[in-house]
Amino acid sequence: MHETAVAQSVIETILAEMRKIDRRPVAARISCGQFNALNDEVMRFAFEVAAQDTPCRGMRLEIRHVPLQARCEGCGRAFAFNIQEACCPACGSEAFAFLPDAPLLLEEIEFEDESNDEGVSEQADPGS
Amino acid sequence: MKVSLNRRILDRNEQCAAQNRAFFAERGVLCVNVISSPGSGKTTLLSRTVADLGAQLRMGVIEGDIKTDTDARKIRAAGARAVQIETEGACHLSAVQVAEALRALDAADLDVVFIENVGNLVCPSAFDLGEDLRVVVLSVPEGDDKPIKYPGTFAGADIVLVNKVDLLEHVAFDLDRVRTDVHKVNPDAPILAVSALKGTGMTDWYDWLHGRKASRQASPNRLESHEGKTNHGD
Repeated sequence: MHETAVAQSVIETILAEMRKIDRRPVAARISCGQFNALNDEVMRFAFEVAAQDTPCRGMRLEIRHVPLQARCEGCGRAFAFNIQEACCPACGSEAFAFLPDAPLLLEEIEFEDESNDEGVSEQADPGS
Repeated sequence: MKVSLNRRILDRNEQCAAQNRAFFAERGVLCVNVISSPGSGKTTLLSRTVADLGAQLRMGVIEGDIKTDTDARKIRAAGARAVQIETEGACHLSAVQVAEALRALDAADLDVVFIENVGNLVCPSAFDLGEDLRVVVLSVPEGDDKPIKYPGTFAGADIVLVNKVDLLEHVAFDLDRVRTDVHKVNPDAPILAVSALKGTGMTDWYDWLHGRKASRQASPNRLESHEGKTNHGD
């Protein structure tokens, strides 16, 4: 359930960005690697819970999974690692090195195009 | 309108972890984060370690559990300082909790600080605590399929301890399969077979620990540390 901590951190960042531009957030895209992978269902639920009573309520959440890349020490080819078949798909060598796993990133936030006339209120947020 | 950020989600934890790492480096403290499933024998391993090595190393233990200070009391009974963190439901320790516990532990004069993370093979591996080394404990009754099911945790290990090997004769557990699967994601990780309860193999673990402690003293800021093989990517 590190998804809970991830969701809380994402919401905090979205709220901070929202204050800068005074528009309502409607969607966010996050990405993860393979070793730090997020479970989509758990992540969406955690985000929904963390967004309750904040202006983030109802936002869409896109989760992008970045494959883990490895480089074959035999033929030098880079390939997407699959633990069930841990060998180079080109030459079959089992000698390979991992490239860095993708970090947990908040890639992008989408805000509504028209600025909210009344500004975005955080009064619904009991934490603020 | 879209705002592109590409910001690391756990950056606040990582900043605090960097502060912890600096604290350990300045004071020459070796910090070891111990991760495993619940019931794998982390507390027994650490209790035996502090009892056996107490004459050679000054050790302290930060205990992470969802509830109770049972484990901290066991460590104190074995002769080391211990601070209990009760996470109240959280499934992992975070760097800020460790920073607070280090103050409570009065850790500056210690040689080694062990952090016993909350029992969980998934979440703790995503949270850098500023440790030098990460130990993953896998016990025989859990089954030999754990490395393939939880590759992220095993990929981040500096050493894997297979505990409760005294039960090997009673349980279908293939140690060679564990070695093969761990080395798929972590080719250099040493894998030691131990029984913390019976004492089997503990000398190998102590030798490894002494070796890493010596590396820390020889080059306090340049220990080949967990920092370089973090699970969050770079």
